[in-house]
Amino acid sequence: MSWWQRLRQRQKLDEQLEKELRFHIEEHAARLVADGLDPSEARRRARIAVGGPEQVKESCRDARGTRWLEDLWQDLRYALRTIRQRPAFAAVVALTLALGIGSTTLMFTVLNGMLFKPFPYRSPERLLSLQEKTAKATQFGDLWAFAYPNFLDVRSAVRSIEAAAWRFTGGTVSEPGDAEYIQVCEVSAEFLSILGISPAIGRDFTSQEDQAGAAPVALISNSLWKRKFGGREDAIGATLTFNGQQYAIVGVLPASFQLADDSVDLMTLIGQNTQPVMKAREAHPRIGVWARLRDGATVDRARSELAVVASRLAAEYPRSNEGRTFIIDPLRPNTGNAGSTMWLLFGAVILVLLIGCVNIASLLVARASTRGREMAVRVALGAGRARLVRQCLTESIVLGLIGGVLGTLMVFLTLRPFISLWPGSLPRAQEVQIDWRVFAFAISVSLVSGLLFGVVPALRAPARELERSLRAGSRALVGGSRRLQSVLVASELALAVVLLVSAGILGSTFLRLSALDPGVDIHNVLVTRLALSPSVVTDPARIRADWQDILDRARALPGARSVAMVDTVPMREGNNQLGYWTSSALPPRTELPLSLASSVTPDYLNAMGIKLRAGRFFDGNDRMDSQPVIVIDEVLARRAFGDSPAVGKQLWIPDMGSAPQQVIGVVAHVRYWGVDDDDQAQVRAQFYYPFAQVPDRLLRRWSEVMSVAVRTENAPLGIVEPLRRAIRTTARDQVLTEIRTMDQLAEATLARHRFLLVLIGAFAGTALLLACIGIYGVLAFLSRQRVPEFGVRMALGADARDILRLVLRQSVGMIGAGVTIGSLLAYGTERLLQRWVSGVQLGDPVPFVSMVAVLIGAALAASIAPARKASRISPVTALRQE
Amino acid sequence: MTAKSDLPQGTLDLLIMKIVALGPVHGYALAQRLQQVSRDVVQAPQGSLYPALHRLENRGLLDAVWKETESGREAKFYRLTKKGRTQLEAETASWQRLTEAVSLILNLSEGGAK
Repeated sequence: MSWWQRLRQRQKLDEQLEKELRFHIEEHAARLVADGLDPSEARRRARIAVGGPEQVKESCRDARGTRWLEDLWQDLRYALRTIRQRPAFAAVVALTLALGIGSTTLMFTVLNGMLFKPFPYRSPERLLSLQEKTAKATQFGDLWAFAYPNFLDVRSAVRSIEAAAWRFTGGTVSEPGDAEYIQVCEVSAEFLSILGISPAIGRDFTSQEDQAGAAPVALISNSLWKRKFGGREDAIGATLTFNGQQYAIVGVLPASFQLADDSVDLMTLIGQNTQPVMKAREAHPRIGVWARLRDGATVDRARSELAVVASRLAAEYPRSNEGRTFIIDPLRPNTGNAGSTMWLLFGAVILVLLIGCVNIASLLVARASTRGREMAVRVALGAGRARLVRQCLTESIVLGLIGGVLGTLMVFLTLRPFISLWPGSLPRAQEVQIDWRVFAFAISVSLVSGLLFGVVPALRAPARELERSLRAGSRALVGGSRRLQSVLVASELALAVVLLVSAGILGSTFLRLSALDPGVDIHNVLVTRLALSPSVVTDPARIRADWQDILDRARALPGARSVAMVDTVPMREGNNQLGYWTSSALPPRTELPLSLASSVTPDYLNAMGIKLRAGRFFDGNDRMDSQPVIVIDEVLARRAFGDSPAVGKQLWIPDMGSAPQQVIGVVAHVRYWGVDDDDQAQVRAQFYYPFAQVPDRLLRRWSEVMSVAVRTENAPLGIVEPLRRAIRTTARDQVLTEIRTMDQLAEATLARHRFLLVLIGAFAGTALLLACIGIYGVLAFLSRQRVPEFGVRMALGADARDILRLVLRQSVGMIGAGVTIGSLLAYGTERLLQRWVSGVQLGDPVPFVSMVAVLIGAALAASIAPARKASRISPVTALRQE
Repeated sequence: MTAKSDLPQGTLDLLIMKIVALGPVHGYALAQRLQQVSRDVVQAPQGSLYPALHRLENRGLLDAVWKETESGREAKFYRLTKKGRTQLEAETASWQRLTEAVSLILNLSEGGAK
């Protein structure tokens, strides 16, 4: 019989045991009677001889090997009974735990989906990402995206991997339906198959199609399919006009498909891209390369094959490929700083959970003290210490699990709201889901918390001085528990200090950053990308005319004050960094200092509200045929020319031609990298050059990235519709994309700070509340226990003030210890925050001092009530209690 | 009754198996026989017989059936299983080796030990 069967047949086995023993005793008694004994005496002797029926039964039950389970069952029932007896206590405990476990599990759920889960592609552990690496690092580092020709060579030469290329781009779909700007991914033919994805309907690309001159084909996303074709099957084979070119649709991507974190509306073949730059190994469009390790191949094998290709290419194309190697990494999601945000929040909620556990532990210690007599009685009746400890732990683990169940329910309710509150969009939000890992985590956290708050009171189960406990009842244990409870309260306060100081640091950082001048007047400015009609972008003269037309129409809109074009917008993604020098004796390219470069139209300064410091800004006379001019910001002026006036000087910028650029003005510095990050940015210097002086050959590329900035009289979003109508009158397929106000962009740069501040502030508040409840509860309990002592003191002449002081001294001791330890911990936390949150300055005493003061104030306030209560005791009643 | 000595650890199981090996037997009869064969010299510790029986049953060395006794009452009869028989042989052998070794030492003459 297995132990499980034995457990299930417990009742039957007990009955049989009973019957067996009865038989034995009766047989024995019968024999004794036959020997002439009195029947009742015979029975008594028989029972003794067998060893006492009940004891024998217990030993036989032990022999079954299921005892631990039966005990567990008994402990569980006992635990539930105790919990039912004190529902208020249990509710407080369960809610505290639900909050702690729930928020910890919530953070884990996000971490799990975002960082721990692999990509949702077929056997993701065999997927690799390839990069180029140069021997020498430049200002931009030594890792580079692939050049398309290099990819082609790698793909054909390296046998142990199957490589695929992809490149993000965008463009206008003009047919069918309304013109719309969409996200596009150019891929090589094998891209979807190495990910293990096949189109939901239709077919994948073929490699014959992946070359110049083949008939243009495209795959469309599920959402574009619904938008443009109403989800009809006949979309396969239909055509779609993208950037003026007709594509035959061969398939529809699965609805769940995402490339890393971006949604893709259209997929075309990179081999059909005939732009000349695609053939360049230098100054090339950047290509992403992913690969799948072939069956049986190893990464090391792939590495050595790549080394061979790299050295062959280096010999063949020394100009571009000298010292250039190809490196392989496992394909991993890139989550930016979302990971560190999550780790900070995870750390914070763990602190809250710990404080909650300590709080519960001190409640349980207080209760255990009052239950001391019960425990002593149990020991006297033969319960072993281990048995009592186990029983106490069972009780706390049951509480922990109740909290865990409630907490998990909380996660179900709060997960989606949490994700929607995330500043910007949460990376890999699709994959953030409640799965078995989350459940396993919740269960482990519940068990660990149960053990954590249960173990201290459980170990206090009486073992020594039993008769003292029995005689004196509850009070006998208070002496020891006073020290223990002080330690618990002090550690609670210490943890609360860490959270409070963190919130304080984040708060002061946020305030400081918000007060910074972004350098632009961010109110009432609309910025939007604008995609020109695909029909004009091939002709430079038409491009210039079209832009001029757009500017004129936008200026004529009611409510528009000034309108300008700009390629790179401050605080928005995208920048252009160019090397500069102050003389014609240029050092090697990689040693040039860098500056941000923006091409703008003359009204830019007015549209953005940037202050002119010296000289002039561009005007209509700065054209292709006039002298090349630039306007620099204060930072570049100081870097390049020190204290001497910059206007009238020249800068050599090799990427803009060999002729020097004349500096005609100096303007205020703009916090281009965002309010928070600009101070730490590597490249802060800025200069502006006229869009009118962008050479014809670059005009098409520039036009793809230009945005329009409009300073408005009133709310800037109100001008979006008129603007859209205005630009459509020139060409139906001209569309606005990425419509933002500068307010939004500036706010977005502080969104992470605000998010962290709000959440960690809330956790700190919770921690403070819990710690205050803790200190209040412990003082109230200890004072109650000390009532007789106070009585004696009062009888001997102490007055109410003395008693008040006595209780407060106890609380001041706990607060002092907590604050000291907490400050040390907070000191370390400050460094962590400085590393993970931009703009945090070390050694700022304000958050420390103010937050510690808040904590001390709150803790003292929580101590006053029990202290005053104790001081108001009448000595007579107090002494009577003894 | 003469002075009784305690059973060495583990020997109760061996004795029980030996007696059960002679034929199916119920607990009371087993206790009687244990006392007879050991001629009242050794006595099983009080109350340890049934736990030992149940332990051996759970380990699969014994199995049990409910049968009627000669007096017509129902009793639980224990039998040695195949596994129990192997175990009995092994333990008997090791017991004999042990006792021989012990008696060898005990029979050494006083002088011989030096």
